[in-house]
Amino acid sequence: MLQNIVNALVLGSSYVMIAVGLTLVYGILKILHIAHAGIYAFGAIFAVYLCEIGLPLVFAVTLSLILSALLGMIIYKGFYKHVLDRGRIVPLVMSVGLFATMEDLYRLVWGPYKRPFDVYINLPDVMTMDLYLSSRGLLMLIVTAVVIVLLYLLLMRTKLGKSLRACSNDLGLAGAFGINTDRSVAFAFLIGSSLAALGGILVGLYDNTVYPTMGSVPSYKAFVVVVLGGFGSIRGAVVASYILALVGTFVVYYFGFLLPRDAIAFLTMILLLMFKPEGLFGKVRR
Amino acid sequence: MSLDYFLTVSVFSMINMILASSLNILIGYAGQVSLGHAAFFGIGAYASAILTVNLGMGYWPALLLSVFISGLIGLLLGLPALRVREDFLVLATIGVNFVVVSVFNYVKFFGGPYGILGLPRPSLFGHAFTTREYALYVLLWTLVVVFLVRYLSNTYLELGFDALREDEDAAESVGVSSPRYKMYAFAIAGLLSGLAGNLWAHYMTVVFPDNFSFPVSIGILTMVVIGGVGTLVGPLIGAIIVTILPEVVRFARDYRIRNSREHKGVDLR
Repeated sequence: MLQNIVNALVLGSSYVMIAVGLTLVYGILKILHIAHAGIYAFGAIFAVYLCEIGLPLVFAVTLSLILSALLGMIIYKGFYKHVLDRGRIVPLVMSVGLFATMEDLYRLVWGPYKRPFDVYINLPDVMTMDLYLSSRGLLMLIVTAVVIVLLYLLLMRTKLGKSLRACSNDLGLAGAFGINTDRSVAFAFLIGSSLAALGGILVGLYDNTVYPTMGSVPSYKAFVVVVLGGFGSIRGAVVASYILALVGTFVVYYFGFLLPRDAIAFLTMILLLMFKPEGLFGKVRR
Repeated sequence: MSLDYFLTVSVFSMINMILASSLNILIGYAGQVSLGHAAFFGIGAYASAILTVNLGMGYWPALLLSVFISGLIGLLLGLPALRVREDFLVLATIGVNFVVVSVFNYVKFFGGPYGILGLPRPSLFGHAFTTREYALYVLLWTLVVVFLVRYLSNTYLELGFDALREDEDAAESVGVSSPRYKMYAFAIAGLLSGLAGNLWAHYMTVVFPDNFSFPVSIGILTMVVIGGVGTLVGPLIGAIIVTILPEVVRFARDYRIRNSREHKGVDLR
């Protein structure tokens, strides 16, 4: 029981990391940023690569996060920005293509095989009678908690957060009131991409494997979270991540559903889109 | 380049042409963007596989029945389209693709990850088709599909699709029932891609869940987009390009494999 809850929390944390960026981007630009998971994979692979060539973990992670953030911004400035006025389908198709290209590029550069994430983490393993949580899982929970708090402070207490919220409410109106929307969007990409990369690194650490296509399933599954949380609501996305993880874990554990967890998630998403398109926590917005 | 190689590439091109045309009806004509087209493709293939291998049916009744079944399921899978629009529909169809593939993968009835083996080649008057005859047979179907799509684009149906694509609310206001035309579009797309699935399955004689996974959907979408959305000839040319390009640039794939061998002495792909 306890073990299941903890496992679900770890799983949910991995959803949070990737879903927050997607929600930010979707909330502001209303585009589905599938290539986000490409950044997730990039962060993890690049961090492992840096560790392999002998850099210390903290430095490798920092460098990888910075580069991932820049990559996210390049994707916005170089690609999405030019097609924003052509309907919502065009950026989406572009994003899908971009994601496929990115995955193949990583495969070409770093090879197609799974790599272990061999580093030592200075945290104890939690081991009691009915609970086992590895140091890496513990790290994941701690980092996610810190990130959620920081994100809350950033969005609610800073000027940047205020402008992000304004943009997410109405991009045109925010621009009309003198907010530099382009810069805000770029910041949303910076923040979201570095979080995705952090998520990739944490998942890579937890599973101790990193590979070029590690983003494939998360990329689409994260949208389940975005839909569930009500499009564009960060708080909703965070809550939805944990709900999805908890429900998925318990359904699979107790009922042994004949479909895997991913399929349940997608099925939920389709039903939700059909019958409650504003999500569990979103406001009705047409 | 042997004849068999040439025939295989052309059969794949033609099947992709049918797939691209059917997706084009959805995207280009009716404006319903679907990223789960491989699911329709897979349903056609699996329906035929189950009918012929598990139930021992002949090829011809199985052809009819499998195309009918995939049209029906296309109709069912089109149901989300009645409720959701634009990018939400894309998400829903992506979900449909993942769900269908995991059903193929995890339900015993569909053979699980090992798929279904030993589909028969069609035979006429007791003579089983050779590869060459099969290619001709596929060509025949491709022509039928192309002319069908061409015929459809001159009918009243196409006017309804046009209205639906341009503006759903405006179409509704002048009495074009959008649910009805959406269902038509999904049913036609289901039928045609089911046919493609059937042709593909009986050419390969095996079906695996992975053959119909999400990247395949992206591939079909690529064909339509490269060739030109909403045109008759565009998707056909796009299908040829997307099928032949990997064959032409095969040296690059060799490079990729060599590259990974150098590192660890394995190649996983």
